[in-house]
Amino acid sequence: MSAATVAQPGARAGLLASRVVRRRLAAGAVHLVLLGGAVLMLLPLAWMVSTSLKDPGDVFLFPPRWVPDPVRWANYRDIFTTVPFGRFVLNTVVITLLDVVGKALSCSLVAFSFARLRWRGRDVLFLVMLATLMLPHHVTLIPQFVLYKQLGLVDTFVPLVLPNFLGGPFLTFLMRQFFMGVPTELDDAARMDGASTFQIYWRIMLPLARPALAAVAIFTFNASWNDFLGPLIYLHSRENYTIALGLRSFQQEHGTDWNLLMAAALVAMVPVLAIFFAAQKYFIQGIVFTGVKG
Amino acid sequence: MATAVRRREELEGWLFVSPWLIGFVVFTLGPMLAAAAFAFTDWNLLQAPQWVGLANVRTALLDDPLVWVSLRVTTVYALFSVPLSIALGVGIALLLNARIAGLRFYRTVYYLPSVLSGVAVALLWRWLYSPDFGLVNGILALVGLRGPAWLADENWALSALVIMSLWHVGGGVIVYLAGLQGVPTDLYEAAEVDGAPWWPRFVNVTVPLLTPVLFFQLVVGIIAALQVFTQALIMTNGGPHDATHFFMLYLYRNAFQFFKMGYASVLGWILFVYILALTLVVFRSSALWVYYEGERKIQGAG
Repeated sequence: MSAATVAQPGARAGLLASRVVRRRLAAGAVHLVLLGGAVLMLLPLAWMVSTSLKDPGDVFLFPPRWVPDPVRWANYRDIFTTVPFGRFVLNTVVITLLDVVGKALSCSLVAFSFARLRWRGRDVLFLVMLATLMLPHHVTLIPQFVLYKQLGLVDTFVPLVLPNFLGGPFLTFLMRQFFMGVPTELDDAARMDGASTFQIYWRIMLPLARPALAAVAIFTFNASWNDFLGPLIYLHSRENYTIALGLRSFQQEHGTDWNLLMAAALVAMVPVLAIFFAAQKYFIQGIVFTGVKG
Repeated sequence: MATAVRRREELEGWLFVSPWLIGFVVFTLGPMLAAAAFAFTDWNLLQAPQWVGLANVRTALLDDPLVWVSLRVTTVYALFSVPLSIALGVGIALLLNARIAGLRFYRTVYYLPSVLSGVAVALLWRWLYSPDFGLVNGILALVGLRGPAWLADENWALSALVIMSLWHVGGGVIVYLAGLQGVPTDLYEAAEVDGAPWWPRFVNVTVPLLTPVLFFQLVVGIIAALQVFTQALIMTNGGPHDATHFFMLYLYRNAFQFFKMGYASVLGWILFVYILALTLVVFRSSALWVYYEGERKIQGAG
């Protein structure tokens, strides 16, 4: 096959030049396709921003107009006055923050035990935990609801928050993988200095695990912030609604006020987008870590 | 001394793992057993449960057409959305891997939508698909096409949801890109020196080394697709004419709108068995198409 590459010198230079041209053309084509795709990915969001700033009458124009005229900022005020959207935001913030703290603490503690402590039954329990990864949530959904109902905890935040303080297979696995990579000499040295096991976890492992903790926090934040089925089942009175439930009731009451609906949906997305831009590195780390090594 | 230390570590091990262990027993194992018992009862949460034996199972499998309708809807959705997402994701990752300028920009843009989910996204897409004033039909009109009524058209509603799922392709792209960057360049160089053109190089070098990642994404994708719920409730409420009556929606309605806890538990088990069966099929098939680098090395050594 190498005969072609050791042809005449002149022909070779020509071949090289045409190769450069071909490369450039190929790169141009790749950019064209990627840019087209990028526009498609961003169009829905741009459309959402545009609609959220429109006058109610301008929403129903065909063909659609992109630039709102007049720009109606009042939409963003109206969503807080027509429904108690501020209350929904507050509820969501409280639940989400508790969930993040609970998940970060419990998953790291459990992962530390699986990764660094030696105890009988550890490997079996670790396998059991991994097996629950395959267990879809819906089989346990109904008995869990019955349990909380019996305890009188339906229509409180407890069913949405409590499970997050009890670990969780996916993120515990992620943390464990991280701890496995930390050299054991660190624990041994600390033990020599008289540190307790909890101190090793708290003072040495947790600070080291900051990147993994960031991934855990981000995953949990997104899951809790956007959760719909959980609040739908457990939160019944309006003052307990999260944003997700608020959006739904908004839709049911103002089904065609798309300018308001898009403003509310955008407000719901802003924290997630903000975290995404601030911590993209951790997003990508987390997803690569679990996706490739899973 | 040594045994005291060992015993202490033993105790601390169990202590530190106890949050998960308690959660597992109280919120997973216990409810699993309860769900098994509920399946044999008729229970509306108000009166005491009535033991009905296998009646719920019989109804679900023989007398309730909606069980099969919702299973079919869910399966068709998974059958299109999962492979299309994987194919598109690998395609984008290949382009991004072509050592072009602006990789970071593209990666951010493609990944961005996949961090968004839930009701807000469902509302956004409902509006995009609005037959008369939505952006999708607006763009189609620009090129002279008259778009369908999408979510309001029973022939298009499910396709609309599949297309929407492709907006979330970015999570996969990141994973494939990482997988591609893990492909040893010496293999490519060897193939290039051999003069292998693009396509065979892709099929014989890239794809085999990417199969472990594809396998993982396939399993995760199937499990997620079979549990679609939010879109169905917010965007179509299962309609039109049950065209998007996903299984989880039917389960939710039975449990929390009709308060048939026993029957809903049976539905939960049906979905569980279905997901398990499909996962096992994929796992079994993996021996045929998933290629592990470690095995190659072992064979090479032998």
